[in-house]
Amino acid sequence: MAKYPPPEELIKINYTTPVKSWMDTKTAFKPGNFSYPGKPDILKYLGMPNPREWTPTDDDWKLPPDWQRIVMEKFRSLLKKYRSFKIFMDICVRCGACADKCHFFIGGGDPKNMPVLRAELLRSIYRGEFSAAAKVLGKLAGARKLEEDVIKEWFLYFYQCTECRRCSLFCPYGIDTAEITMMARELLHEVGCNINWILEPAANCNRTGNHLGIQPHAYKDMMDFLCDDIEEITGKRIRPNVNKKGCEILFITPSGDIFADPGIYTYMGYLILFEHLGLDVTWSTYASEGGNFGLFTSDKMMKKLNAKMYAEAERLGAKWILGGECGHMWRVINQYMSTMNGPADFLETPVSPITGTKFDAAAGTKMLHIAEFTADLIKHGKLNLDPSRNDNFKTTFHDSCNPARGMGLFEEPRYVLKNVCRYFYEMPENTIREQTFCCGGGAGLNNEEFTETRLRGGLPRGNAVKYVRDRHGVNNLACVCAIDRATLPPLCDYWAPGVGVSGLHELVGNAIILDGEKKRTTDLRQNPLPGMEDEEE
Amino acid sequence: MAAFYSFLAVLALIVIPWLGVGMGMGALFGIVLPYIAIIIFMVGFTMRIVDWAKSPVPFCIPTTGGQQKSLPWIKNSPWDNPYDKKGVFMRMVLEVLCFRSLFRNTSVKLQQEGPKVGYSSEKSLWLFALIFHYCFLLILVRHLRFFMAPVPYPVHIAEFLDSILQIGLPVMYQSDALILAGLLFLLARRVFDGKVRYISLMQDYFPLLLLVGIVVTGIWMRYVVKVDVIAVKELAMGIVTLHPHMPKAAIDPSVYAHLTLVCALFIYFPFSKLMHMGGVFLSPTRVAPNMSRRAMWVNPWNDPSIKPHSYAAYEDDFREKMIEAGLPVDKQA
Ligand code: SF4
Ligand code: SF4
Repeated sequence: MAKYPPPEELIKINYTTPVKSWMDTKTAFKPGNFSYPGKPDILKYLGMPNPREWTPTDDDWKLPPDWQRIVMEKFRSLLKKYRSFKIFMDICVRCGACADKCHFFIGGGDPKNMPVLRAELLRSIYRGEFSAAAKVLGKLAGARKLEEDVIKEWFLYFYQCTECRRCSLFCPYGIDTAEITMMARELLHEVGCNINWILEPAANCNRTGNHLGIQPHAYKDMMDFLCDDIEEITGKRIRPNVNKKGCEILFITPSGDIFADPGIYTYMGYLILFEHLGLDVTWSTYASEGGNFGLFTSDKMMKKLNAKMYAEAERLGAKWILGGECGHMWRVINQYMSTMNGPADFLETPVSPITGTKFDAAAGTKMLHIAEFTADLIKHGKLNLDPSRNDNFKTTFHDSCNPARGMGLFEEPRYVLKNVCRYFYEMPENTIREQTFCCGGGAGLNNEEFTETRLRGGLPRGNAVKYVRDRHGVNNLACVCAIDRATLPPLCDYWAPGVGVSGLHELVGNAIILDGEKKRTTDLRQNPLPGMEDEEE
Repeated sequence: MAAFYSFLAVLALIVIPWLGVGMGMGALFGIVLPYIAIIIFMVGFTMRIVDWAKSPVPFCIPTTGGQQKSLPWIKNSPWDNPYDKKGVFMRMVLEVLCFRSLFRNTSVKLQQEGPKVGYSSEKSLWLFALIFHYCFLLILVRHLRFFMAPVPYPVHIAEFLDSILQIGLPVMYQSDALILAGLLFLLARRVFDGKVRYISLMQDYFPLLLLVGIVVTGIWMRYVVKVDVIAVKELAMGIVTLHPHMPKAAIDPSVYAHLTLVCALFIYFPFSKLMHMGGVFLSPTRVAPNMSRRAMWVNPWNDPSIKPHSYAAYEDDFREKMIEAGLPVDKQA
């Protein structure tokens, strides 16, 4: 475990700003506040510029000789490609409404983590290069020259933004610092300054179909292993289809869920749901990743990785695609997929084979969110549920940033949750729904070496969880995101000990009564069900 | 420092015309400068908008602030998460006329005991920004009486509403006092709120002080020296009818100072953050409907040559292992 201070110390946050101008404060790299750089062989595999060995604490970052020209050229081309970028560079009035909306600022107090200042890091170069008046006035007008220190500062702060878009909700002009961060990361790629935790999963995903680099046979093994567990718990053997042609539905979910606790229980939940419905569905090892670390890399990488979904649906002859619980995967599907890789005319608008509901909301992409699918099933009374099996859970719900502010998926998961659990409590109003706080590890920052900063950024979320824990005895935080399932458990242990984390469909899987199942004595985690504590296995 | 320089600049913009007019340069400040300012404003504003509009919006990236439209029995938020043009229209109306996003503003408080992070609603910025902008609009409309003969009816209504309290003579307009309050609040925030001071630049202080200067000279003209309104109108009408001439009656130098400041504002406008007035209508996170899952959103520079790592290549890589694991393959080994 990485070393980081205990909560009592970490909470001593100072929100006052220095007297000295921010342009005069030097960027300080400390263990825990940055992520390790991309490894040369990964950069080479992905065909990205300037692969080399380096670390952020080095004085010399080994930038290419004409790096200034390279960066400015890319800057110009991005301004031409994105109206968002141009407008966001031009119209900020520095009103400061966004300043205390970022979890990294709230939990850390570093003024450069105020979204407006994060954007100014880029804007100052924009002014210095593209505005004559600002060039003359210099620092007074917030303009500066592009120097190596600027690149270092960009690297630190644009890899301390989880692209959660909370700031953009509060900005009177909708300035989205997440968008600015994406642009900045593209600039940094040009000179080879990026982080391995994003690039290695992207590289893996390209070759093996998933971030973890799980090869097809290993994937199948793990699936069988989870089916063994289900058999032990329910007495029923499930035999899921994998890479099968001619099924009606292709199901894609993040690979994190087949691999790590507590995601695996959500994975089991899916398997149980499909079995219960007798759904004509297949899984795929080629498209075994819902997540898309390309979103955190570049538009090209995002498109390339995303393209597998349609390619596989076409190859297998599926009619439509069902998508599992994942945050940024759904931002990509909702806002980018059809634009990048559509139109998918070989697919049909999703229709639930059980209820007959036609999902017009997915008429373009032909891809449905599993929370929408399950909510519709419950509404039509198609699931045989026993919510009392979840009585050991007093649960609250974490809205993941991307489905919240990049889609608007609020009611569907709540409806499902309330039907499979009997104890549900909301966190405070300013921390949920569109105002939700990040888990601190989105946008490819959920790595180990970054834990201290993640915990700081996780303060607003963690504190809200603590609030419902103390008030209502909440002991479970449900979510619909695989990154959340990886980042929230340590967060809860740190800020709200005693609260566990689960996916939505784990709770669904607990509650579903399969035809002919044996009397269950444990939940999917193999903990005793309420009232079954003494039951012998 | 930035605030101080801005203050000096505004001061210079008052002193120069004041002295200049005394030296017989009335026509320069009363006629030439306004024409230059109007031309720069119109050309500059248009060019900025055209420049923005030239960059495409490759992706549909609205920030969704409410429930999406999905299942018929789930209530959606058509204005905070619009799915069509009508919804976007309403979202923009709320944004532009009521400052909807700013209305959401909260401030964070951290209590060491607990610890507890609290969020309280913080509407002062919203309130004063709203006051400032509406007063500005009202004053602009009131000023139309100088440029139109006969004075149109709506201008009369605006004046009537604005002077409903009937304080003093000449009647005191409430907007004059309110706009000053609004501006001073915004300025005080920049100076006294540490976070805002830290991010403030010269281009933030300058327009605020410029506006304060405009309001103060305006109040001075109207309530203190009580300038010859007929002569001012003659000057203004000359400009708009393209028959510019200096009125025979003398005009107080404060009028020229006021006018010069206004010209400075017009000239400065297109090159500054004040362009947020036009930019907000083009901001992709606000003006795009959340519809890209329903229908196609086209990216003009989408690159069709970007292809996924193909299934065939994937199977070639793993065929043996797949067969061994009992997974179906397209090509037998
Ligand atoms: S809220 Fe928007 S306009 Fe205000 S400082 Fe932040 S980014 Fe700039
Ligand atoms: S997108 Fe999120 S992490 Fe990034 S600056 Fe905005 S609030 Fe902070």
